[in-house]
Amino acid sequence: MADAVTPILEIKNVGKIYSQNGRSIEALRGANLAAKKGEFICLIGASGCGKSTLLRMAAGFETATHGDIMMWGVPITEPGPSRGMVFQDYGLFPWLNVRDNIGFGPKSRGRTNAEIRETVGHFIELVGLQNFADVYPHQLSGGMKQRVAIARVLANDAEIVLMDEPFGALDAMTRERLQDELVGIWSRTGLTVLFVTHAIEEAIFLADRVVVMSPGPGRIDNEYVIDLPRPRDTTGAEFNEWRRLLASQLHSHHGRKAG
Amino acid sequence: MTTLASDTEHETAAPREASSAINWWPRLRPVLLAVAFPLALLAIWHFATAGRPASLIPPPYDVWLELQDLAFGGINDDAYSKTLHIHLLASISRVYGGFALALIVALPLGMLIGRISLIRQLIDPTIQLLRPVPVTAWLPLAMIIFGLGPRSAFFLVFLGAFYPILVNTIFGVRSVEPRLFEAAAMLGCSGSAQFFRVVLPASLPSIFTGMRLGLGFAWVVIVVGEMTGVQTGLGAIIMEARQLSRTEIVISGMIVIGAFGFLSDQLVMLIGRRLLAWSPSHG
Repeated sequence: MADAVTPILEIKNVGKIYSQNGRSIEALRGANLAAKKGEFICLIGASGCGKSTLLRMAAGFETATHGDIMMWGVPITEPGPSRGMVFQDYGLFPWLNVRDNIGFGPKSRGRTNAEIRETVGHFIELVGLQNFADVYPHQLSGGMKQRVAIARVLANDAEIVLMDEPFGALDAMTRERLQDELVGIWSRTGLTVLFVTHAIEEAIFLADRVVVMSPGPGRIDNEYVIDLPRPRDTTGAEFNEWRRLLASQLHSHHGRKAG
Repeated sequence: MTTLASDTEHETAAPREASSAINWWPRLRPVLLAVAFPLALLAIWHFATAGRPASLIPPPYDVWLELQDLAFGGINDDAYSKTLHIHLLASISRVYGGFALALIVALPLGMLIGRISLIRQLIDPTIQLLRPVPVTAWLPLAMIIFGLGPRSAFFLVFLGAFYPILVNTIFGVRSVEPRLFEAAAMLGCSGSAQFFRVVLPASLPSIFTGMRLGLGFAWVVIVVGEMTGVQTGLGAIIMEARQLSRTEIVISGMIVIGAFGFLSDQLVMLIGRRLLAWSPSHG
């Protein structure tokens, strides 16, 4: 099977340099990463480590200064429905109700009304918002908005879901619930997820693989395969060991930066 | 399937409507307060003018009679009796006609200026330069170009409604959240399709504000426009009545203009509430 060999997403020696007021800032240097289909990868690191830049380049919102980013071996040049993005600030269309927000992608791609209705019905139920189909985003809580954002990406047949600190603005209880739901959806659908976070616990709870990044210039330091069985117990001894390991990894950057 | 009905219910921020109890006082109070002040003014007006033949201002009751005569006749039976509908219709058609024309020109122009930088660089400086010229200052020039008569009034209304619609349309289409373009692009909506599916709906609240301001201004400007060389219209009878010292007609005309300006605004608001139910600041 070719799929087992070709990574769904491949990042090869990617660098990104922004120029700002005649000064150039190196946001990312020499990043390498390959995601297998169905893998859940968390990118973790302090601010300025280039994790969001990497994600935005995978989405096609920005282009790499050096190196290649490819999906199924094809270079990514622009945003597209195969790579759905979930933003921290939701990015929902305020003039569309929940149903039409979820149906935005299928409609853009010319699906028939009957198809859209069926797709929307399925995914609205998947995220548990069937009673809120006619409600506008400003009437929803943060957690519900993020459910809509996830549903609209799934309803659009995204193969890769790129998530940029999606639960960062939510309260702790809602965040945990959504983490559970996300793992549930991921395990049922075979999606590939690239998830940016700065919360160590979140990364260990969610990821098959945690990629640790550090700033100045942004780069990938290490990768860890989290082999804990799912569902994961956040209070278990092994979980704590992972937490300690990753915390020391991340803190060493701070030390290095200060020293 | 992990549907979490209980959880979403717990999270909902939808407000619960308070049960419409027989509690009439809280409902009546604002109405009473709102009516008290104009009633007091009316009383002052009455006591300051009633029974004084030398008063320059007629008492409220005379104005009330004149209003009735203007609308239905049968009281004074003079040249003005039962003519209100003619003047009202003339003014309304100019207001909405000029407003509609302003809409037809300002909406596309505003969208072009807002979205296409070449057109913005070409036209925007000129508009910024012309905008500080008060609309009323255009009247003499309009009279030279269009002649004395309703066409100058029409032009003035057009100009008065034009700027607010244009400026707010430009603002609306320029201030669409960049995030929404990214969201649309990753969902498969790109290029010109984004204009109709993102830019237009996102700028609707702002465009609507411009329309509301424009229509309000059209009602202001119509009176000035009708004050010289126009035979019909509310502005025309006010001005004519002043020359004839028929102050009760002047005041009646003012009341009618105020009332219809208010109704016109309420109508726009009603449409806005329907159209912009999704917007927290309009719905």
